[in-house]
Amino acid sequence: MRIAGMIKRVLREMLRDKRTIALMFIAPLFILTLIYFLFQSNVTTTATLAVRGVDSTLVSAVDTDHVTIKHDTSKQSADKVIRKHDYAGMLIQKGDKLTLTLANSDQTKSAVLKQSLQAAQIKLKTKAAASAIKREAAAIKKLQQALAAATRNPAVAAQTPAQPSQSKNYTVKTHYLYGSSDSTYFDTLLPIMMGFVVFFFVFLISGIALLKERTTGTLYRLLATPVKRGEIISGYLAGYGAFALVQTLLVVLYTIFVFKVQIIGSIWNVLLINILLAAVALTMGLFISTFASSEFQMMQFIPIVVIPQIFFSGIIPVSTMPNWLQAIAHIMPLYYGATSMSNVVEKGASLTSIAPSLLILLVFVAGFLMLNLITMRKYRNV
Amino acid sequence: MTDTIQVHDLQQGYGKTIVLRDINLTVASGDILALIGPSGAGKTTLISTIMGMLKPKAGSVTVLDTTMPNRQILAKIGYMAQTDALYDVLTGRENLDFFGTMQGVTKAQMAERIPHAAGVVNLDDDLNKYVKDFSGGMKRRLSLAIALISDPPLLILDEPTVGIDPELRQQIWQELHKIADEGKTILLTTHVMEDAEEADHVMMIRNGEAIAQGTPAELTKQYQVATIEEVFLQAGRDQDAHRRND
Repeated sequence: MRIAGMIKRVLREMLRDKRTIALMFIAPLFILTLIYFLFQSNVTTTATLAVRGVDSTLVSAVDTDHVTIKHDTSKQSADKVIRKHDYAGMLIQKGDKLTLTLANSDQTKSAVLKQSLQAAQIKLKTKAAASAIKREAAAIKKLQQALAAATRNPAVAAQTPAQPSQSKNYTVKTHYLYGSSDSTYFDTLLPIMMGFVVFFFVFLISGIALLKERTTGTLYRLLATPVKRGEIISGYLAGYGAFALVQTLLVVLYTIFVFKVQIIGSIWNVLLINILLAAVALTMGLFISTFASSEFQMMQFIPIVVIPQIFFSGIIPVSTMPNWLQAIAHIMPLYYGATSMSNVVEKGASLTSIAPSLLILLVFVAGFLMLNLITMRKYRNV
Repeated sequence: MTDTIQVHDLQQGYGKTIVLRDINLTVASGDILALIGPSGAGKTTLISTIMGMLKPKAGSVTVLDTTMPNRQILAKIGYMAQTDALYDVLTGRENLDFFGTMQGVTKAQMAERIPHAAGVVNLDDDLNKYVKDFSGGMKRRLSLAIALISDPPLLILDEPTVGIDPELRQQIWQELHKIADEGKTILLTTHVMEDAEEADHVMMIRNGEAIAQGTPAELTKQYQVATIEEVFLQAGRDQDAHRRND
């Protein structure tokens, strides 16, 4: 009865606030679309490399799709040449010594140049090795002919080792366990963002809503009725949970029909994860709002509470992090939500395999619920 | 007549600061008690303690034969807060409906209670307007209507007449007397002396202490002055003199 009344009120308030509705439903789609275009194209980075006095064999080995070669004949220092023409790097050869100077203002370009140079060296070495073998083979052949001519015994020649091994021509065929050759970083980001947008908006909106209840005195007025504190929180949970559900559905449908991204796992699991994430965000938002005395102060919690969660949500692979950072990841609710979401969306993980993560999310919800009930005691001692 | 509110040797405070000390108070059912005092005197703290929002530091509070704090008893208290705690984006009716539900009023009762409560405060025609479009006085009246919605045996009104025009004030007082005549108890705070004169009993609070208590007639007689206002000023001077002697 009272919970129903709370839910009705939360829904009414939300539905009348058109801007917030728009923020909750349109902003996530806008963000996802932006990410889609930003991370969709498989753009290859090309770097410009200036060369001076470098052997032409090396230059042609370095010259790939990723590297544009510019020949430099000036006497200026590498620094000056790079600055003047805005090159990514410069390679200078003096005798046997190669000096590579990198602009390094764009690390991906530096990486491209370093890689190309390494690849070129390997290419040249193998070539050298191959030609050495060829030369030896030719020498052996000549030797055999000479031997044959000397002994006049063709059988010996026939018994001699066969032709030097031809350099093997490997062909590589790639199979993809998840995704396809068209997979881009967007496919990695998408499930993470699906969880994140719900988490972020529910956190913000519910936190500010309760803050408003505190500052306008309605929370105190509400607690002056026989309502239980648990009923207030449950009403909030159910009311905002409903919006989180609609938001998730919208994001999922948009993903499937507009981005044509296939969600391999069950949609129900996706919804379940997001509902749990929304519950964590809600209880966390309500709790955090205790420490804010204005909307502006609530905003100040975003860089402390929300942004760090993005870093540990799988955008940077957690398994590559140092141990102490991994430990931090494990206290972030979004880490569990985003990881399970990635597993469901990309690998089709089943409910049982994501259950441990979901359980931890539930623990977060329970923990924040307790904290909320305790902080509300401040307003009413019973 | 039984006593609706009984307060014995109440001491109240936040942390180490003492806000109220040695408060003794009895309000019989059907009685209207006005708490008068300057702002910061501790009136709202006393009200919060009587409602059970705060646990007494020392002493005891009993409301309707129940020791406070007690959550269930809140269903029998109609409360009007000092600041208008209303939901701006809801209409007047929706606010009444929401707080009514929280107070435990059933849907069937609501159909009859909403028009009645709105009628008392002259808000019948504005019930379907959003509260954000209400004037200050209208918000005050809606807050009062919310206090009346559950037809409670005890009304606790924190500054009910602020921002209300004299005509409506009189009308509200008529209604309050009518409610009291039905045997319901009213506790209100005010710093308008006219309100105090309407009340059956007056309790003056200053610096957290009760400085005078009694019916308006008794008090004016005791202090040998003409109005309640003068009683308050005199009692205040007495308190200061007493303190200096300590």
